[in-house]
Amino acid sequence: MSVELDVFVGNTTIMDEEVYQLWLDGYTVNDAVKVRMEGGVMDECEASKDVLLSDTMDQYRTFQMCERLLHSPAKLANQLLFQIPPHRQIMLIERYYAFDDTFVREVLGKKLSKGTKKDLDDISAKTSVTLKSCRRQFDNFKRVFKVVEELKGPLVENIRQHFLLSDKLARDYAAIVFFANNRFETGKRKLQYLSFQDFAFCAGQLISNWTVGAVDNMVEDMDVDLDKEFLQELKELKILITDKDLLDQHKSLVCTALRGKTKVFIEMEGSFKNLSRGLINIAANISLPLRLYPCRSDRWSAADMKLYLTHYTNSAHILDTFKHQVVWDRYMGVVKSCIFKMYHD
Amino acid sequence: MPGKLKAKIVAGRHLPVMDRASDLTDAFVEVKFGNTTFKTDVCPKSLNPQWNSEWFKFEVDDEDLQDEPLQITVLDHDTYSANDAIGKVYIDIDPLLYSEAASVISGWFPIYDTIHGIRGEINVIVKVELFNDLNRFRQSSCGVKFFCTTCIPQCYRATLVHGFVEELVVNEDPEYQWIDRIRTPRASNEARQRLISLMSGELQRKIGLKVLEMGGNAVVGYLQCFDLEGESGLVVRAIGTACTLDKLSSGSAPNTNTHMHPNTAPASNACNSPSKDGKESPLAHGCRSTHNSPVHSVCSSQRLSQNFSVSVPTLIFTGMGSGGSAGKEAGPLRTLLRQQTQTALEQRGASSSGLLLNAREFPFFTLTSFPPGFLLHVGGVVSARSVKLLDRIHNPALGNTRSYKLLDWNSVTADEPETRDAWWEEIRQEIKSHARALGCHAVVGYSESTSICEEVCILSASGTAAILNPRYMREGCLDIGCTDHRFEEPSPPNCGFCHIPYDELNMPFPAQLTYCYHCRRQKVPDVLFTTIDLPSEAAVAGKGCLIQARLCRLKKKAQGEANATAISNLLPFMEYELHTQLMNKLKLRSMNALFGLHIQISVGENMLLGLASATGVYLTALPAPGGIQIAGKTPGDLSSEHISSIQKRINDTIAVNKELYQINPPELAEEGVGSPIPEPRHRSRLFRSHSESSDELSELDLSHGKKDAFVLEIDDTDAVEDIHSLLIDAPPPTGFYSCNTENMPGISNWTSGVQMFTSVRVLRLSNANLTNQGLNKIFTDLCENLLKSFYFKLRSMIPCCLCHLNFTVAVPEEELIQVTVTAVAMTYDKEQTQEKTAEKPINKGSLEAEEQLQFPLELCADSSSSNIQTASKISGVGESTNMSPRVSSLERCSPLQEGRSRSLRSSRSFGGSSVTVVKMTPLSFLPGTRIIKYLGIINMFFIRETTSLREEGGVSGFLHSFIAEVFAMVRAHVAALGGNAVVSYSMKECVFMENPNKNQAQCLINVSGDAVICISETDQESSASTANTGQTGGSETDGAT
Repeated sequence: MSVELDVFVGNTTIMDEEVYQLWLDGYTVNDAVKVRMEGGVMDECEASKDVLLSDTMDQYRTFQMCERLLHSPAKLANQLLFQIPPHRQIMLIERYYAFDDTFVREVLGKKLSKGTKKDLDDISAKTSVTLKSCRRQFDNFKRVFKVVEELKGPLVENIRQHFLLSDKLARDYAAIVFFANNRFETGKRKLQYLSFQDFAFCAGQLISNWTVGAVDNMVEDMDVDLDKEFLQELKELKILITDKDLLDQHKSLVCTALRGKTKVFIEMEGSFKNLSRGLINIAANISLPLRLYPCRSDRWSAADMKLYLTHYTNSAHILDTFKHQVVWDRYMGVVKSCIFKMYHD
Repeated sequence: MPGKLKAKIVAGRHLPVMDRASDLTDAFVEVKFGNTTFKTDVCPKSLNPQWNSEWFKFEVDDEDLQDEPLQITVLDHDTYSANDAIGKVYIDIDPLLYSEAASVISGWFPIYDTIHGIRGEINVIVKVELFNDLNRFRQSSCGVKFFCTTCIPQCYRATLVHGFVEELVVNEDPEYQWIDRIRTPRASNEARQRLISLMSGELQRKIGLKVLEMGGNAVVGYLQCFDLEGESGLVVRAIGTACTLDKLSSGSAPNTNTHMHPNTAPASNACNSPSKDGKESPLAHGCRSTHNSPVHSVCSSQRLSQNFSVSVPTLIFTGMGSGGSAGKEAGPLRTLLRQQTQTALEQRGASSSGLLLNAREFPFFTLTSFPPGFLLHVGGVVSARSVKLLDRIHNPALGNTRSYKLLDWNSVTADEPETRDAWWEEIRQEIKSHARALGCHAVVGYSESTSICEEVCILSASGTAAILNPRYMREGCLDIGCTDHRFEEPSPPNCGFCHIPYDELNMPFPAQLTYCYHCRRQKVPDVLFTTIDLPSEAAVAGKGCLIQARLCRLKKKAQGEANATAISNLLPFMEYELHTQLMNKLKLRSMNALFGLHIQISVGENMLLGLASATGVYLTALPAPGGIQIAGKTPGDLSSEHISSIQKRINDTIAVNKELYQINPPELAEEGVGSPIPEPRHRSRLFRSHSESSDELSELDLSHGKKDAFVLEIDDTDAVEDIHSLLIDAPPPTGFYSCNTENMPGISNWTSGVQMFTSVRVLRLSNANLTNQGLNKIFTDLCENLLKSFYFKLRSMIPCCLCHLNFTVAVPEEELIQVTVTAVAMTYDKEQTQEKTAEKPINKGSLEAEEQLQFPLELCADSSSSNIQTASKISGVGESTNMSPRVSSLERCSPLQEGRSRSLRSSRSFGGSSVTVVKMTPLSFLPGTRIIKYLGIINMFFIRETTSLREEGGVSGFLHSFIAEVFAMVRAHVAALGGNAVVSYSMKECVFMENPNKNQAQCLINVSGDAVICISETDQESSASTANTGQTGGSETDGAT
């Protein structure tokens, strides 16, 4: 005796958020049933394991049928097959496009290609995110990337409108797209401690300040490609380290301002040259912009860092022979906020 | 040429990719009606084509308009090869044919393909211009309204109920035609869908004609069914109740339970011409004569007119409450005896006046709930079954008296419709004779069904024998002559329907009669079984609950006549056993009446399945049910300890159930039971005891160990098993109630949460040597587990009630059992139930009493009863409003006020979505809303087939998406009609066939319902209050749906 067929269809599509999460997380039906049993759902309605299994199967089927629609979320609102209340639709989409920070950290900055997709099982093993879930997340990245690639206008807005995501999630996707497009390496050992959110913040800064879109908002890829002209201009900043006079002048200005305000003044004074070189070199070779780690020191507190960078930036304005004030602000504004973000444990 | 149909194809969206190379589609559309076809331009390379076509105009007969659907085919243009079909949309034009319904069909329809399912959507606009036609011999019946709803639809008032209408049409099933061997599955499915659509249209038209002939303008309780007889053909049949409905003007108090007093409904008002041609309806005369003649003279004027033949010796069983301990042997025997007496009776009573009006022949009503005062007495359930062999009939289509049109010009008539007509006529006669045996002149809550397995077909019909108030009937519709004095003495509405209609001295079956616990004047049975809904005015105690009896019977595989005989031999035993189960379960729940009883017997190759569902309730007019007493056959047996433990379990269950369903009937004085008419002294005492709070303990005493306890004898192991299985039924978890009727007894304060669902489960029996007991267990578990699944899935809706739980069983293959369930879960407010008991009854009760007294008072003048009696009657009604059981009935009557405050929550609108939300419910109402317009009947038939079953997620995946697609198509059609809900929705047919080895499956689904526009109660209220402040009082009095 076996159940040959078992379906339950509601006029309003019934979806349990907990089961949806399990499905998204790539649990098999049996595993999901186990998790649910442990979660104590059985006590709620005197349910038995069979009831739970039947319910889980039904829901999994529903989600599978919905998945096609979730690939182009705009369809979900005007499809006729499932009657889903709008707030539920939002939940479905938001959760479907949500990702694990540990997973995205692994693929951030990598090319969203078939090659990377083949490595997903390694990533899955490493991050203990199920392969199924990894694939979904990876495909989501790729799908979003493909769609916004050809669109004009602001990146975050495009993602939000096409995929009906929340502002927060749309910004995260913008960061992923930005990294994937510029292939910034994030896998370096020294960067390991940084979370996806740190990078997402930096990407946000870069997008709003350094891209083509920051100056012209009607170009294709405006928020993905960095402003080439700006990059060129950045090279001019080298003068701050190549010109000995300028360097000394800058140093003394900064030191004067810092004296007595921090416990690590001696160290700051000593490493000024190195730090400055590090900062300016990034500007000169922006393709590796996130080599900001030279600023990191065990003894500097975040407040120290902030203090230092503020004076470092402001002092440059006082330098008579330094002509690149606009570029300097555009550059340092982003670098400063990025470093602040990264300066944590 | 009385009609012009216009269609415009606007656009498509989400089309499938038909050209792999470009990932696009070159779509165009063919619009076909009858034999005329139009085409749109090709919209190249687009998945979201904009055709914006001209208006395609079809000039057609209204007869065709009724029969034919508009057929829209979306194709992919291919320059070199044949154009590929993407899918089709069939649009039923019928709702456009009567003025009160929809005026335009416009919206997005899913494009459906029988192989691929839904493939994108198409936006279509359809209009109809009808011209007046003065041809009296016309074949169309445009303008007759159809309702699936089995009560008088909201926003209408029934001025006259004409009676039973039925029709059937037969054709060859395209699936079994020779051409099917050479055509594709798609072509075959489409031929079938189209044919059934045509046949349904034709059927509806023919029924409409009959209604016009009778002088009605609507069919209520329209029930259409298909019999897929395989080789021998396809039968589409329908029954319904012809009525003359009067639309209540939108401003007037929306009174569902209109008090249909003929004097207040002038005939001229009543007969707004049903059809648009302005032909004078014969109804006018009927109506006038009814209210000119006093009730009593009607009685003598007409006699039921029919030629009655001797009752057919098929085995039948009249399910009625049986009292005392019934031996197993007694059942079928009793039935046979009864049959003989009936036959004699019939022959005496039959007098033919030559009138062949169907309604007179069969005073049947498909309605299940009635306006107050309509239903006078209920006798009990009458049912008849008959086993037929399908391949036996092969009559040439000669001598047809009925106009029968061949639908498919190429096909030969499979068999004459008269054969099927004769079968049903036979069954109906039987039903009628049963009703007469119960002293009743009418059958209400009537329905018919079939179960087919290979060439064997079981025809079943059932209903509730009743006596109706003749003033609402068309004159002569009922045989009043056979009823007697009982009419003269009016009975209070809250218990009147329980009073026995049959003669106490000549009872059709053994039953224990007592005086009504309400009025103490009339006899009532100890148990009452009915197929109707609980009358809104009935006094109940506590809540109701779903009660099911389930039964499996193995049978030997056999062919032809032997098989049919084997089945018909088994049937009475099955019915008896189902009945016993129902009775035991009823007692176990400490209830005394069943409503909405539906017994289905399904036939398979090697077994018969029986499933009886009903809603149990405690009617305070009926005596308290005695407990169940277990008795060993051999006293002093070793098992006596065992017996006492079972007895204890049963007693415990009864106690638990009493609490669960809050059954606290008014405590009754001991001497009241079974004693002659109590003297005033007794009555006063009775009333006093009502006001006292009832004591739990003494109640338990009442029910157990009393002389009228129901005795179950344990004589063998089977009996033990039976008792165990009784106790298996788990009560619903806390927060859930369930019923299979329109109304949940004891709950009326619905909130806005509504979730309609369909669930299908198929079980494969792997063990070949199963016993009856084993099968019963499996079947019972299947049903119980389904219920458990529902409770679990819907747990977020608690507190909630599963209403209209409709179980359908089938044996699709030798070792498969299929159960299909459609129901609706509705949330209700727990708190308010208690709160308002205190506040409401007084105000409410007085209103009701006034309303109801209108009728009784009038008759009192005629009756022989003295003034004193009249006075006591009135005071009785007055007093009764203060009684606690009365309160519970009042609660039920007023869902509106509660609904109003609740619906504030529901009025939250979901903005942003482009798709209209369409609610669906098998009930005739949606809580918190009022139906302002009926847009027409939805009757759709779909076939879905797959040759890639595994890829579609196996059988479950296949059926899951198909059911979802069917829902989607129903919703789209309703939305296109301008509606936002489907009421009285039902899935009539869900035939599933699979062949996993070939990776194939096929499924047929037939659904129906009424498309409506409903508005939230709060909207209504605000608009009403600005317009007319006096109206709130009016709307308060109704609502007892």
